[in-house]
Amino acid sequence: MAYEMQPDFGTPARDGAPVTLTIDGRAVTVPAGTSVMRAAAEIGGAIPKLCATDNIEAFGSCRMCLVEIEGARGLPASCTTPVSAGMVVKTQTPRLEKIRRGVMELYISDHPLDCLTCSANNDCELQDTAAQVGLRDVRYGYAGENHLGQAPDLSNPYFAFDASKCIVCSRCVRACEEVQGTFALTIEGRGFDSAVSAGAAADDFLSSECVSCGACVQACPTAALNEKSVAEIGKPERAVVTTCAYCGVGCTFRAEMRGDQLVRMVPWKDGKANRGHSCVKGRFAWGYANHADRITRPMIRESITQPWREVSWEEAISFTANRLKAIKAQYGARALGGITSSRCTNEEAFLVQKLVRGGFGSNNVDTCARVCHSPTGYGLKTTFGTSAGTQDFDSVEDSDVILIIGANPTDGHPVFASRMKKRLRQGAKLIVIDPRRIDMVRSPHIEAAHHLALQPGTNVAVLTALAHVIVTEGLADEDFVRERCDWDEYQDWARFVSDARHSPETLEPVTRVPAEELRAAARLFATGGNGAIYYGLGVTEHSQGSSTVMAIANLAMATGNVGRRGVGVNPLRGQNNVQGACDMGSFPHELTGYRHISDGDTRAQFEAEWGVALDAEPGLRIPNMLDAAVDGSFRAIYIQGEDILQSDPNTHHVAAGLAAMDCVIVHDLFLNETANYAHVFLPGSTFLEKTGTFTNAERRIQMVRRVMDPANGYEDWQVTQLLARAMDLNWDYSDAGQIMDEIARLTPSFAGVSHARLDAEGSLQWPVNEAHPDGSPIMHVDGFVRGKGKFVVTEYIPTDERTGPRYPLLLTTGRILSQYNVGAQTRRTANSVWHAEDVLEIHPTDAENRGLSSGDWVKLASRAGETTLRALVTDRVAPGVVYTTFHHPDTQANVVTTENSDWATNCPEYKVTAVQVMPSNGPTAWQRDYEALAQQARRIEAAE
Amino acid sequence: MNTTDHLIKMANQIAANLAAQGREVAIRETAQHIIDFWDPRMKAGIAAADHAQLSEIARAAVGIVTAKA
Repeated sequence: MAYEMQPDFGTPARDGAPVTLTIDGRAVTVPAGTSVMRAAAEIGGAIPKLCATDNIEAFGSCRMCLVEIEGARGLPASCTTPVSAGMVVKTQTPRLEKIRRGVMELYISDHPLDCLTCSANNDCELQDTAAQVGLRDVRYGYAGENHLGQAPDLSNPYFAFDASKCIVCSRCVRACEEVQGTFALTIEGRGFDSAVSAGAAADDFLSSECVSCGACVQACPTAALNEKSVAEIGKPERAVVTTCAYCGVGCTFRAEMRGDQLVRMVPWKDGKANRGHSCVKGRFAWGYANHADRITRPMIRESITQPWREVSWEEAISFTANRLKAIKAQYGARALGGITSSRCTNEEAFLVQKLVRGGFGSNNVDTCARVCHSPTGYGLKTTFGTSAGTQDFDSVEDSDVILIIGANPTDGHPVFASRMKKRLRQGAKLIVIDPRRIDMVRSPHIEAAHHLALQPGTNVAVLTALAHVIVTEGLADEDFVRERCDWDEYQDWARFVSDARHSPETLEPVTRVPAEELRAAARLFATGGNGAIYYGLGVTEHSQGSSTVMAIANLAMATGNVGRRGVGVNPLRGQNNVQGACDMGSFPHELTGYRHISDGDTRAQFEAEWGVALDAEPGLRIPNMLDAAVDGSFRAIYIQGEDILQSDPNTHHVAAGLAAMDCVIVHDLFLNETANYAHVFLPGSTFLEKTGTFTNAERRIQMVRRVMDPANGYEDWQVTQLLARAMDLNWDYSDAGQIMDEIARLTPSFAGVSHARLDAEGSLQWPVNEAHPDGSPIMHVDGFVRGKGKFVVTEYIPTDERTGPRYPLLLTTGRILSQYNVGAQTRRTANSVWHAEDVLEIHPTDAENRGLSSGDWVKLASRAGETTLRALVTDRVAPGVVYTTFHHPDTQANVVTTENSDWATNCPEYKVTAVQVMPSNGPTAWQRDYEALAQQARRIEAAE
Repeated sequence: MNTTDHLIKMANQIAANLAAQGREVAIRETAQHIIDFWDPRMKAGIAAADHAQLSEIARAAVGIVTAKA
């Protein structure tokens, strides 16, 4: 679309009963509670405004939006005046025009007149409003006291704050409060001295509490807060709506372009996942797309000890196909496999698994959800019948009690965290179950009613203890259970949890959660109204990850919290398309839509569509592929968009598995760590360079739209198609929409999905089919997908990973706001200013016992390996617990994590590793050796 | 840990987590879990492993898997 600003109705939409009024002689009907300003905007009568914008509540300070209302005294501000039936409003009269011009004159008398050289020229509400009110003269002159000439604050890497252009409308302050919920900004001083401030006098934007979400920049009506990229590149010329490639929230953005250059990403107000909000990653951290490290030409090598050789696409594909065919001929189809990516589109994931199943001839396909949310798939399918969360994000607006377990939404899913915080500020109660004092426990205007700081690895015990209280105190919703669940199974479960060995008091020595606190939390959850559970990898990445998911489902069913708005079980997905990659048949035992490969009828549909016979036996999961590689029975792998060497546990074992293979194909943007062991590098395309769909954590399928040509020449699905053709498959897709059509033909839950429909409707939440033609925002409304909800007895079984004299501390790992996953994208942006290295959080007591201070180098050692990093002494972690992130390859936190995994899915137990921490004066032998190996492995032969 | 030891650990883990369903159900469910989720070489590997290292439930389940193979 050609560039134009997004419509702004001035104040938020309301959903009251219809009210009809007259504005400038025209009748208009809007919901009760709507402002006069918004009602006027909805019929195209834009009332001048400066302090109002429609994603924050009206403020009524700028006096530009005054109107005349018949029968009303004075001139009310239209932004703060709600409509009423029969109201007669005039928005344009000589009196109003004169007042507005006078107000505008005052604003402009203290504003630099550098419009022609201003970065916001022709994209400035102040400029537009001056024109709208017909300002022609400023009688006061510019010589008096003013705010001009102040030095701009350039500390934030992505936007500048120029106080001389600020009109102190407070939109930025209110956006920070109402939309983001950080409260980093304020108006300092009074009267003429009023100024936007990022905190204490010594603070600039970078040193302040600002999380760089961009809400203030988006809200600013002038160039006071403006993206640096706009100043550098110029005003955008066109905008394309697309979907973010970071976390599972799935924010939609307008990619605003000038020529083929991306100027900025602005959250799309109509996006149903993000409702016009964003975080520092999606909003600003897209510079990796053109980073100098990006590889855009294919490369091959005979062995991993050789340097890379740049070749044509034809040679790379031919080399790869010949190698795969030779391996298949010698070792059989089951020696080959592939990994789909949660960072790629549904269409791309579908094609990779199709290539593996239909071309390689095995079911050895897996996806990065193996190491994050595979227990969600298992647990929710077992209990509810569907491998997905139950709610849409809007649902949280109706929650009364929010239970967060094993998730850190402000860092991992920041845009949804802001929605959650808004609901908490409105009065909903919060229970946090987490070993760390995450930001949600206590932040401005939010405080958890209960923080159950459990011992890592005891999730099942804590959830069973919560269930014990609910059942034994008669707080279960038995009417719901009788109607919706298997009553016999419920009774078995109720007897199990009621046993005295599951009481909070009995389990306190194990969980370290005070029994009374746990009892109070259980009572609140069961009796506090709509209870919604949100969880993350702190649930799944344990030896009992699947049990924990089922224990959560049990708790939701027992309290009647499934099947309507405000409740539910909500996995917060890590990557943008984890849900989609799982939906697309990326697991070795399932075809699309979670149908087992052994099911003959399902397999027959695919065989008919694809024209090949499929193996009826499940394939290998990633960790089993690595085991089989070491044993010699798995010889080749095609890895699209995943860096298993950095992201998977026990790096030594991953390296051994990769090194044992005859053909490792890495299809990615950068020479990642896995590529050190690769024989073929196929350059990938960014989300800006491709068309397809992502499916977010609420099962929402959204379009990803190509805004520039792929720097490598091909979209990723096209590369997979090249390889498939070289493997003698007759694929002939001319666009990604045809792939989605095939997915829809083969997948009942996607039957009604097409690119054309997504273009028309914006997004669809699966299932979309005959039974649910418009999709399914909330699941299990009229009954569980599996029929009766299934209660599963979940016995707490301690992990094999035990502390002892040699490894007395427990390490748990996670992520931070500014970095993403293995950091391949965010480390190649200015986001590193916030997190330049992984650090080890350690409690003051544990630090003191070891003579450690913040900033000291420490060695972190486990039974699996050791690494060094800097210490950060903090009481966010409990005594006996240490914490780090895994964003930086030079730290390689996964050298330390072990092979322990979830019993049902082999999801690694990242969250519990027994470790020792001690002072260190340099890198470990592994770090030194790996650095040397990486340098050797990344050599690229000079082109002839 | 070598692959066989890994398979034994996995089978024992599955059996231990399903044990709370009761012995008969746990044996049946453990066997079905291995049938549903394990690749043929893993099934062959556990069949050939030293069953003395398997728990009673896991051992019985592996027996079912082997019989069905």
